[in-house]
Amino acid sequence: MERVILHSDCNSFYASVECLHHPEIRNKPVAVGGDVEQRHGIILAKNQLAKKYNVKTGEALWEAKRKCPDLVIVPPHYHLYERFSRMARKIYMDYTDQVEPFGLDECWLDVTGSAIKGDGMAIAKEINNRIKYELGITVSIGVSYNKIFAKLGSDYKKPDAITPILKNNFKEIVWPLPAADLLYVGRSTERKLTSYGIHTIGDLATTQEKYLQDWFGKWGEVLHSFSNGLDLSPVATFDNQPVIKSIGNSTTTPRDLTTDEDVKIIFYVLADSVARRLREQGFKGRIVSISVRDNELSSFTRQHALGKYTNITSEIAQEGTRLFVANYRWQRPIRSIGISISDLVSDTTPTQTDLFFDEISRERRERLDTATDWLKHRFGTSTVQPAVLLADRELSGFDPKRDHTIHPVGYF
Amino acid sequence: MAYKKYVEMIVQYTEDGNIVPLAVRWAPGELYEIDRVTDIRPCASMKAGGAGIRYTCMVQGHEKYIWLEENRWFVEAKGDKLNTEQDAG
Repeated sequence: MERVILHSDCNSFYASVECLHHPEIRNKPVAVGGDVEQRHGIILAKNQLAKKYNVKTGEALWEAKRKCPDLVIVPPHYHLYERFSRMARKIYMDYTDQVEPFGLDECWLDVTGSAIKGDGMAIAKEINNRIKYELGITVSIGVSYNKIFAKLGSDYKKPDAITPILKNNFKEIVWPLPAADLLYVGRSTERKLTSYGIHTIGDLATTQEKYLQDWFGKWGEVLHSFSNGLDLSPVATFDNQPVIKSIGNSTTTPRDLTTDEDVKIIFYVLADSVARRLREQGFKGRIVSISVRDNELSSFTRQHALGKYTNITSEIAQEGTRLFVANYRWQRPIRSIGISISDLVSDTTPTQTDLFFDEISRERRERLDTATDWLKHRFGTSTVQPAVLLADRELSGFDPKRDHTIHPVGYF
Repeated sequence: MAYKKYVEMIVQYTEDGNIVPLAVRWAPGELYEIDRVTDIRPCASMKAGGAGIRYTCMVQGHEKYIWLEENRWFVEAKGDKLNTEQDAG
């Protein structure tokens, strides 16, 4: 049976929520921007008027101001966005229990079994109206028979629009689109495709699958099925909480980092948040990954598998620092760094000890972390800290665990 | 120009968890009894700038909208927002 899948995307989500709450700026170009003082000075979202000035998400605030001197920049209010995201999902849940969020502002809905509420287009219209009336913001909805085309449909026409992409019209709508519009075709895949003369999704769809496999390995199959509308991945049910695959934090630092010691300080702050989140969720992890971006915005990542599963703050911080020192030659100062841990198992999983390792001191450090967790929970993150954080209060004076609650997700 | 004005409310919680607004303090010294609630629905207020549960209330023969936004109540007040009434959020 052919599925009926909607993809609903809140238009300029952060900016729309801000405009709803500030009627006085609604008819001005508005952007939501990070904190300039803390150097998170980039555009996070912009409204339709700001789009006309070619203001782009991710560019520096001063760049945007140059394009559009009248731009109103408001700071982000994440608790509001989370609330509106919850309210939108509550509306979706009136139509189906198969509601799969993709970030705060996007959701897939499988309404195959919701005929009592009307066909896909009727449900899309009703949702579109209700969001406008109940939340005061607009959504674009794609209606299709698979998740990939539904998402393309919601991107096709914005804002406040509904686009059906069905078996009888997908070749006209989807195939002329640039290949980069397809989910998971990023910059490097796009470059590679261009070098093979593939520019549109249609080019991709009509390329023989075996060539794609040769070029991209198993991703070739995925690209082939995505572009031909053959993706069969189901829309997850809402209470089916996605399995956590990794836990990480990253930050743009208040000033550029220039020494290994600076980096060590930041890794200790980040590792504290990562390890506490690990312990809260009852996990231990084994693969430590770091990401580093220099002040000209070129970046790299490195990872290493530890011998043992761990949730010990100091082990994670030390491994991050070690990876960094082994892989960076200080060609340029550092703008932002991140650390994450993956290959997670439950913290009750038995571990193999060995003769040459002091297991008792490890257990003591685990107990120490548990004790400091309790203190930090009661009195705040800065109550107990490793001495290294005192070396530079300007650098270490942030709390990633409290400040960063939005964690991006992947499709697979 | 209307603005968002948070108001003090007197409400009744019923045993099954519903909230019945009984009176609204529109301004200091102006406590109005709510005679009847004619409609309750989730709704955004474009004028005041907010969204929540909208209660349509009859107050002295007039129909008034009062919103419950998370744990605060607001109304669409007429006139310009006074500087002293900057909202926190």
